[in-house]
Amino acid sequence: MGYDLKMRIWRGDQSGGDLQDYTVEVSEGEVVLDAIHRLQATQSGDLAVRWNCKAGKCGSCSAEINGRPRLLCMTRLSDFDQTETITVTPMRAFPVIRDLVTDVSFNYEKARELPSFQPQPRDADGKRRMMQVDVERGQEFRKCIECFLCQDTCHVVRDHEDNKPAFAGPRFFLRYAELDMHPLDTHDRRALAQDAAGLGMCNITKCCTEVCPEGIRITDNAIIPMKERVVDRKFDPLVWLGSKIGVRNRDNDGRTDPRDPD
Amino acid sequence: MATEERTGVRGATRAEIEARTLREDRWWLSPLVTFVVFGAFVIYATVRAFMGRDYYASPYLSPFYSPCLGDCVEGASDFGQPFKAWPLSAALIILIFPLGFRMTCYYYRKAYYRAFWLSPPACAVAEPHSAYSGETRFPLILQNLHRWFWYAALVIACVLTFDVVLAFRNAEHEWGHMGLGTVLMLVNVVYIWLYTLSCHSCRHAVGGRLRHFSKHPVRYRLWTWVSGLNANHARYAWISLFSVALVDLYIWLLAMGVIEDVRFF
Amino acid sequence: MARHPMTGNEMSSEAESRLERHHYDVVIVGAGGAGLRAAIAAHEAGAHTAIVCKSLLGKAHTVMAEGGIAAAMGNRWPEDNWEVHFRDTMRGGKMLNNWRMAQLHAQEAPERVQELEDWGALFDRTEDGLISQRDFGGHKYARLAHVGDRTGLEMIRTLQQRAVALGIDVFMECTITDLLKAAGTDEEGPIAGAFGYWRETGRFVVFEAPSVILATGGIGKAYKVTSNSWEYTGDGHALALRAGASLINMEFVQFHPTGMVWPPSVKGLLVTESVRGDGGILKNSEGKRFMFDYIPEFFKAETADSEEEADRWYDDKKNNRRPPELLPRDEVARAINSEIKAGRGTPHGGIYLDIASRRDADFIRKRLPSMYHQFKELADVDITAEPMEIGPTCHYVMGGVEVDPDTEATSITGLYAVGECSGGMHGSNRLGGNSLSDLLVFGSRAGAAAAAYVSGLDVLPKADEHAVQAGERRAVAAFTGSGEGGENPYTIQHDLQQAMNDLVGIIRTSSELEESLSSIEALKERAKAMAVEGHRQYNPGWHLALDLRNMLLVSECIAKAALERQESRGGHTRDDFPGPDPEWGAKNLVLRLNAAGTGVDLTHQPLPVMPDDLKSYFEE
Repeated sequence: MGYDLKMRIWRGDQSGGDLQDYTVEVSEGEVVLDAIHRLQATQSGDLAVRWNCKAGKCGSCSAEINGRPRLLCMTRLSDFDQTETITVTPMRAFPVIRDLVTDVSFNYEKARELPSFQPQPRDADGKRRMMQVDVERGQEFRKCIECFLCQDTCHVVRDHEDNKPAFAGPRFFLRYAELDMHPLDTHDRRALAQDAAGLGMCNITKCCTEVCPEGIRITDNAIIPMKERVVDRKFDPLVWLGSKIGVRNRDNDGRTDPRDPD
Repeated sequence: MATEERTGVRGATRAEIEARTLREDRWWLSPLVTFVVFGAFVIYATVRAFMGRDYYASPYLSPFYSPCLGDCVEGASDFGQPFKAWPLSAALIILIFPLGFRMTCYYYRKAYYRAFWLSPPACAVAEPHSAYSGETRFPLILQNLHRWFWYAALVIACVLTFDVVLAFRNAEHEWGHMGLGTVLMLVNVVYIWLYTLSCHSCRHAVGGRLRHFSKHPVRYRLWTWVSGLNANHARYAWISLFSVALVDLYIWLLAMGVIEDVRFF
Repeated sequence: MARHPMTGNEMSSEAESRLERHHYDVVIVGAGGAGLRAAIAAHEAGAHTAIVCKSLLGKAHTVMAEGGIAAAMGNRWPEDNWEVHFRDTMRGGKMLNNWRMAQLHAQEAPERVQELEDWGALFDRTEDGLISQRDFGGHKYARLAHVGDRTGLEMIRTLQQRAVALGIDVFMECTITDLLKAAGTDEEGPIAGAFGYWRETGRFVVFEAPSVILATGGIGKAYKVTSNSWEYTGDGHALALRAGASLINMEFVQFHPTGMVWPPSVKGLLVTESVRGDGGILKNSEGKRFMFDYIPEFFKAETADSEEEADRWYDDKKNNRRPPELLPRDEVARAINSEIKAGRGTPHGGIYLDIASRRDADFIRKRLPSMYHQFKELADVDITAEPMEIGPTCHYVMGGVEVDPDTEATSITGLYAVGECSGGMHGSNRLGGNSLSDLLVFGSRAGAAAAAYVSGLDVLPKADEHAVQAGERRAVAAFTGSGEGGENPYTIQHDLQQAMNDLVGIIRTSSELEESLSSIEALKERAKAMAVEGHRQYNPGWHLALDLRNMLLVSECIAKAALERQESRGGHTRDDFPGPDPEWGAKNLVLRLNAAGTGVDLTHQPLPVMPDDLKSYFEE
């Protein structure tokens, strides 16, 4: 049942820090966050960690466990050998604030840069009609709990601080894809996704999909389809030919890119 | 190198940790295997493509050389020889299409960016490069031409299917025969089709590009079906890579007379 | 380094000496569904608006809401309308609801839900493409707009994205510890702002604003077994009390019938009512579907009395009555409690919630994806193959700040309260799904009312500077006050949670409630000598010490009101007074801070009287 767990936890702030060793008693069925809470309550009251729901629904307790980006509340101790030392560090793609807490404001900035949903008017009876099959793709993306683990693991910004201004990251490609696939949206965001959001920076190495705690297939279902939609606009010979000979692309129905001349 | 060390996960604002990764699992295994296997295939394919011989053992034509449009050996060209004047191996005329298709494939990109360019070698393992611009500039912006290569790959897959039909002949081109070569080519073309149809561009073209599935029920069905295939795209990419090399090897050995075709009927 | 406008992140030390000040028309405390909706409404009414929240934006407890948003849109059942919804709500609350709030809520919920769609929400659809609606306990018709079982996430993300699109300022990870009253006024004086600190840096911040909307949620963290997150420390309740406003209905705490009971680390975690709405049934360790034994007289006429009828209801609602598993939450929670006490519980001390034997695996995975995920990941239980073990968990407080039904204004000018921290709407028991619609309806009303109040002001009230200084002193007291030997806040919180769970739980008696009050008094004394280690930068021990002050005050309110009300009604069950009493059913219990500011005083107040035309809905 209960046993003593050995942990190494990064303590410090922007001026420096290191991994410190702890031993804490844990019991059956517990997760890494339980162990950290016990540390707080019994040994180290000022150990900083961000958390809320402790049920994998809010995406607050993102950190790196044995080097892998994960939610502290969804990582069960039974996944590890009882003799193993578990190493917990803050997310390494974002500026550290203190201990396991990082400054994730990058993500909130990116959220603001994204043009919001612009629907068609409601139907005559004041309601909106959308078919279930038309909303299902978007619903998958809206499962996102904004834990930002995908943003953390993405090497484009993790390994290259200088890319941050030009790159929105997987979480927001998900958002672009959601809006682009929304049956009632009127705003064509394909060019924006490519230019302003830096979709072209992504080299689809799928780490975002690997770490997603919600199991959203970010790369296959959002990023690649967005890249393909950009190709529709810019690189496809048949689509280009079609537009030249006056065949209207029916997929554009009901939306316009404000940056297009007409 | 001093500047390189102070960026990325070891940048000034990040948590101060020296290690490039704290992962303890064998994260290096997958890129290493990819590197070795892809490397071996590339060497094999290059050698075979430049050889310019031993690609036809009637009735079998190696997929590396199909369609054979150059100055090919007798019986190999089923679509004429428009490039008869081409001085080099006939494989080089058409190989750009399957090669381009695979080089720009979303799955292969993931695999070789990780294994060959270490960008990144594995998730949450810091990459060794100091700058990165992704696929925004030449030459990598050409990855967007995947769609073009997919169109070509459809044609190639049809040609290879035609080759399989022709393989139901004997060496004297009489119909109603089948050998081990036929079986191998059949298996190969099945996987080539699975790989080609499970492609992300295909998934997009058949229905993914739509915004209202409900208005296009047939395309929605197709999209659902291709999406199912697409989940196994990586697997088909690997299997078809092996199968195409195996068919070529088999025909090479036949053409050299090292082995004899096993005939079933 | 400049402050980031969205998060307020600023790590430079030079700013530390100065007190940071901001000026707004409307400051909203809390960024859950109610806070965000209020902010949107205030902004749209032209007010300069800020949201201040303890967590990051989008993490508030609203994300935990699973089932849906109750609104009589009539998409599934054209017979449904606001009158039916109103009636269900009042009956669910055992007629103790503020009738006007219940009426407004039922009338306005449909439009509030459809608004979410305008802002990008993607609800599940009916075959006709309308918003799908599902069944829930206490609702006569399928009425809950939903997205699988993650409706709360959809709602908060939609509101969050709307607020961001409108450019509303958000101060994240910033805790308000005191409300500021206008200088030179008495206890009844108007609000002039709020005082708080950045969790990240520990630096203090003053918001000068003529109106403050409290949207801080509930009090669940005062209990040991709870579905609530750490944020639910009764901040809004306590802030309102200290500012001079009153609380009502604090004795009514909803214990959700189905919380996880195993493993221990997730004990109390919510299992959505949709499991039952979609066909799940409750069984004891003998395999008996026991809810048929617990149908109260009040609901007999509309509840099935045989398993056959109950099972037919899912497909044919017209000719059959509802299964007893879908009785209001208080009834189901009490029934489960009785079964466990009678020794018919499961190995981990719960009862079984079984959907595996009643619906096929695909249906379950599609309709209840996060429940499937939650049990798989956290308990190693495959809910498509085996039953869940569940038990009651503290979920929601019906009580809260007493407000005007139309404007959500409290008795203090400029102070508003919405959502779980306001009281009256749900009476003695809240129906599932009415919470999310409550947030939207009254959030919107409060935002508009606060903006209107501010635009009508000629002179802005000026905050009392002494109060700011007092706030600073109080906040750092835990570092300096007690020095050596002071107690760890975690221990005090733990003891409080245990006391509330054991003594002010689902079933209450006068002796235990009296004992709880003396425990709380003792804990208050211990809290005075609390000590916190470390410094002010992102220090969770210190944060807890500050929140604990609110938890203790609110716990006292609950215990005091529970002791006073000598009847059983809704979320308040007295072992020594087992039935409802019409005399008690005609009044609210009101709590105010006492003169010394150390505890609360309790008074009785008659319930607002419902007009006759509404009364007619309850005559049969």
